Amino acid sequence: MGMTITEKILCRHTEHIEVQPGMLINAKVDIALGNDITAPIAVFEFREAGGTTIFDKEKVVFVLDHFTPNKDISSARQCKLLREFARQQDMKYFYEGGECGVEHALLPEQGIVLPGDLIIGADSHTCTYGALGAFATGVGSTDLAAAMLTGKCWFRVPETMKFVLNGPMNKWVSGKDLILYIIGQIGVDGARYKAMEFTGDTVRELTMADRMSIANMAIEAGGKNGIFAPDDITKAFVEKRARRSYTFYESDPDAGYASITEIDVTKIEPQVALPHIPSNVKGISQVGNIKIDQSYIGSCTNGCIEDLRVAALILKNRKAAPDVRLIIVPATPEIYRQAMQEGLFEIFLDANAIISPPTCGACLGGHMGILAEGERCIATTNRNFIGRMGHPGSKVYLSNPAVAAASAVAGRIAGPDEL
Amino acid sequence: MIFKGNTWKFGNNIDTDAIIPARYLNTSDPEELATHCMEDADPDFMKKMIRGDIIVAGENFGCGSSREHAPIAIKAAGISCVIAKTFARIFYRNAFNMGLPIFESNDLWDRISKGQEIEVDTDTGTIIISGTEEEPLTVGPIPPFMQELIRDGGLMKHIVANRKSI
Repeated sequence: MGMTITEKILCRHTEHIEVQPGMLINAKVDIALGNDITAPIAVFEFREAGGTTIFDKEKVVFVLDHFTPNKDISSARQCKLLREFARQQDMKYFYEGGECGVEHALLPEQGIVLPGDLIIGADSHTCTYGALGAFATGVGSTDLAAAMLTGKCWFRVPETMKFVLNGPMNKWVSGKDLILYIIGQIGVDGARYKAMEFTGDTVRELTMADRMSIANMAIEAGGKNGIFAPDDITKAFVEKRARRSYTFYESDPDAGYASITEIDVTKIEPQVALPHIPSNVKGISQVGNIKIDQSYIGSCTNGCIEDLRVAALILKNRKAAPDVRLIIVPATPEIYRQAMQEGLFEIFLDANAIISPPTCGACLGGHMGILAEGERCIATTNRNFIGRMGHPGSKVYLSNPAVAAASAVAGRIAGPDEL
Repeated sequence: MIFKGNTWKFGNNIDTDAIIPARYLNTSDPEELATHCMEDADPDFMKKMIRGDIIVAGENFGCGSSREHAPIAIKAAGISCVIAKTFARIFYRNAFNMGLPIFESNDLWDRISKGQEIEVDTDTGTIIISGTEEEPLTVGPIPPFMQELIRDGGLMKHIVANRKSI
């Protein structure tokens, strides 16, 4: 039997000729990533185990994006620890300050993660890089420490669920809506331990930003990874950014799948995940009248220039409703600069938006837009469990940027066509 | 090995934000994290629980964020083990990597009431519900590699032990 793209990439990072689901392997990693909240534990574990030099100073990457610019003294201390470690280790890819962006937007943009790579990250949304045709998965701090020491990570080879996306997307529908729809269908453990492979004719019209939104949320269905076979869109994205060679893999025609699900994309309208679970998904026309206090446009799911352009399209010559705090977070310094140069900041400022520096910010309830008890936020983020963005009595609704922008203007959850 | 303790029941999809909210992730100190264990799932949990208690949960325990702070907080709080119908993937890895004993049981949650004492015997792979005549339940088998991690005291110690033996 042939192998899926996930199986192939895992296989090629071991000594095996082929792998099958269920096999336990120890694979070489191309990139091991950590951030300001997960890397400190990894550094501690690394040193406790007797680690002195990381296995490869070009393959361990730290991005200080969560509680930065430093949100308090404890966060500053964690960043300081990592900065000193990075200097001591002469790490090539250590990002903080004015160079720093949201890790899962930054690494593809900077050509640090590439097609055919095997990437682990001490952050659950590491699965984002599957958009490029890489195997990328979230792990814990100890796994990161182990990779820092050995350059390897243990895996059980997953089965793959194939999702075949058919048909053109409706107006205002983007990658975010497709993945919200899928999670709504299969549940937050619908893909538990499995690879989610996305194919079908719709994929040809998905931008890299759309693919990253989809792969990003594979974890919200419990998936081990999300993945797209690389194509011309991938090629156009990576060839100007890659700093090293890369490989395009694809699934064999006779590869085995745990399930194959056909999805008629033409039936999908913009989706909203209601509190308090990412699978509580409804189409925008079914959401009803829900007043909001905050609209948050950004995150590793939707912080790219394409997302900001959509928001600007809707916010142009409009203002956020008086009782709504509108926060816009370009995901990287490059995106921030590009948005500024394209005139999007004028539109955002005229709309009374707060423009945040690149940071994970309020997505995980860190800073830059925390909610009080009883408050409601529509957000282009990826998770809405209880207390995710602040007080346990607050509520988070997940959507695409178009809906988040329209909702900011309307003062309630709304699609752009309602304005 | 035997784990005997009173149980705390939690439902399905208890995510890691509920286990240890992000507002506490500016520290890695286990003792500090422990004081906030399960806080957004049950704000009074740490006031009520005692060392040796056992968490019993439904499906997909530990879903959401990869934060290892979650099993760290649970272990440091003194919870002896977690028994769930199923575990989310990253939490499962983290628990074995850092040494929090976890077991899978499809039936336990439905059979016990909150606070009921149970006894888990890892040698026989069974759970006895104290004070009942019920047949012992079986825990799901622990994969061989996971057993190695437990035996060696976690992933890092396992790696170091294997290096020494080369």
